Amino acid sequence: MAEVKKGYARPLDLKHGRVDMSHGGGGRAMVQLIADLFAKHLGNEFLAQGNDGAVLPPGHGRLVVSTDSHVVSPLFFPGGDIGGLSVHGTVNDVAVMGATPLYLSAGFILEEGFPLADLDRIVESMARAAREAGVKLVAGDTKVVEQGKGDGIFITTTGIGFLPDGIHLSGHLARPGDVLLVSGSVGDHGMAIMSKRENLSFDAPIVSDSACLNGLTAAMLASGAAIRVMRDPTRGGLAATINEIAHQSGVGIHLEEAAIPVKPEVEAACELLGLDPLNIANEGKLIAICAAEDAEKLLAAMRAHPLGQQAALIGKVVEDANAFVQMKTQFGGRRMVDWLGGEQLPRIC
Amino acid sequence: MKYIDEFRDGEVAKGIAQAIAAEVRPDRRYNFMEFCGGHTHAISRYGVPDLLPESVRMIHGPGCPVCVLPIGRIDLAIQLALDNGVILCTYADTMRVPASGGLSLMRAKAVVDKARGDIRMIYSVTDALKIARDNPEKEVVFFAIGFETTTPPTAVAIKQADAEGLTNFSVLCCHVLTPAAITHILESPEVRELGTVPLDGFIGPAHVSTVIGSRPYEPFAEGFRKPVVISGFEPLDVMQSILMLVRQINEGRAEVENEFTRAVSRDGNLKAQRLMDEVFEVRPSFEWRGLGEVPFSALAIRARYARFDAERRYRLEYRPVADNKACECGAILRGVKKPTDCKIFGTVCTPENPMGSCMVSSEGACAAHYTYGRYRDAETV
Repeated sequence: MAEVKKGYARPLDLKHGRVDMSHGGGGRAMVQLIADLFAKHLGNEFLAQGNDGAVLPPGHGRLVVSTDSHVVSPLFFPGGDIGGLSVHGTVNDVAVMGATPLYLSAGFILEEGFPLADLDRIVESMARAAREAGVKLVAGDTKVVEQGKGDGIFITTTGIGFLPDGIHLSGHLARPGDVLLVSGSVGDHGMAIMSKRENLSFDAPIVSDSACLNGLTAAMLASGAAIRVMRDPTRGGLAATINEIAHQSGVGIHLEEAAIPVKPEVEAACELLGLDPLNIANEGKLIAICAAEDAEKLLAAMRAHPLGQQAALIGKVVEDANAFVQMKTQFGGRRMVDWLGGEQLPRIC
Repeated sequence: MKYIDEFRDGEVAKGIAQAIAAEVRPDRRYNFMEFCGGHTHAISRYGVPDLLPESVRMIHGPGCPVCVLPIGRIDLAIQLALDNGVILCTYADTMRVPASGGLSLMRAKAVVDKARGDIRMIYSVTDALKIARDNPEKEVVFFAIGFETTTPPTAVAIKQADAEGLTNFSVLCCHVLTPAAITHILESPEVRELGTVPLDGFIGPAHVSTVIGSRPYEPFAEGFRKPVVISGFEPLDVMQSILMLVRQINEGRAEVENEFTRAVSRDGNLKAQRLMDEVFEVRPSFEWRGLGEVPFSALAIRARYARFDAERRYRLEYRPVADNKACECGAILRGVKKPTDCKIFGTVCTPENPMGSCMVSSEGACAAHYTYGRYRDAETV
């Protein structure tokens, strides 16, 4: 990577400086931004190659690739920020395939006038999340758009991992008789974001669950349980994810409302706003479908991991040509659990 | 969750279910209309029908504010944003109601010239006031919909704007009145002469009644011989109210009873009523989706506050627009048909792409059945 010789350029003002159009112009200012900010936090041997593409060593198994764009508002929220989220979201998508995530690329769209101090915080948070997940950022890109044409910062990340031989997880593989597990309480991320939206402004101590799940997925795979599907229920919440699987596998799924973990503060905030926690986004939870006889073994493995302590068995897979997801309510009745119609809250991740 | 879980207790529900089962007479059926969309939603979401005997049928009423809004009124709101260039503020559900020309407020928002106007989703009318204060160079209109529950806050906002001397704020008032709608249903030919809608009693409104009290229901309970039980929106409230209705019928009574005593009194909230009366007057007639023109069923802004009345300010002229021919929302809102009687239910008309208003709000009969109860249809096939 090219460097601007010290003394020829004014140092980047990380306290009061702001992004301007030259930071995306391909000139010295851009090189300086990359060196003094991005490389400072994210630098590694692959970025140091300094070429148009990173050359990666061969790995074992099949390649798994996933990509995700992040437009969350506000950028900083209780329990996380857009930087950490952009790593967690993509790492989790690779991890729930059963793969070991190793590399990330990141594309940044910055709005003219965005504070460099905020950018520094965000990139530092990305670096921390990447370290925790054991992945390296190997390629990146930065573009700047005029003021009013973006909203501070958008980040797109792509994750690459290797899937060991013998592991085959897919939404098509749920079978009648299987059981459904969730790794912890649902709705935390979405309600944390919602509690900080300026036009809602309620003060609730709700913290996002934004976290990397590859440690948990590794522990689950190591348990030897016959896992058919893993998925992280992000936008659309548990309800959307379970409906997707029911449709892909052509099966029905029956949930027990009483078994689904929901934090009291999340439940209360949902009640206030007329929302269903099952439709609310998560960023550090997963669901797994496994053979019924392995449920205890898998639950034990999940509960032994810090991110799965609240893991619970919440439902079972049944035969149903309509692929309906139904739930026995705590009240004692039954109802369907459907995809949410329309948009509940934009810019959640 | 304290004060909530107590009203959703499955064990208590079992007890009430047993009491209802013991109370119903084997030789008759019980057809009750829950007027409010809040009750429709609670019944569907908690699976209340599973706890009722087969002879008790719940009919979903027209008490969903979004569902009864006629197309012509949404058209006026869209016109304000697109043609008059105002910032139109409204509650979320209203955004998705289908209007003329394939538009909805949501779709209009995507094409509105942001340099002139805008369409914004708000959570409270005070947000609309704030937008007006923050944008003194723009005209801001609050599209006010809803029953007596949402009317007092609109009255407060108008008085507040008056006190502050806000000159760029006005209200497109579409507030409607509950007792007029219930009377209209009871006077409809399907109920009175044809007998095609058997109606034995009403689950009365919860939040509306906190404002208007239980007294307004007394004339028609007596006049039409239909028992009314005012019920809270929690599922145990609904179960208890059904038990009270069954008892009234078995004992030959037709009274207004109040299950929701923790919030509703006979006279209601007098301060809120005074506020409404100060700012609004009753319209001689108003079109409801599904019910048509209903006399003395809606509110307009009084002349004293005329400058806050968007209809006067922009010289809006209401033009009625007929519903899609295949859509059965009208008959469903009157209790004549069930959502599944509609040919386009669940095929052309879904929550993602609603044709009729009953599919828009989660309180609408069609949306509630589609989202929570569709599996029942599969079982009967």
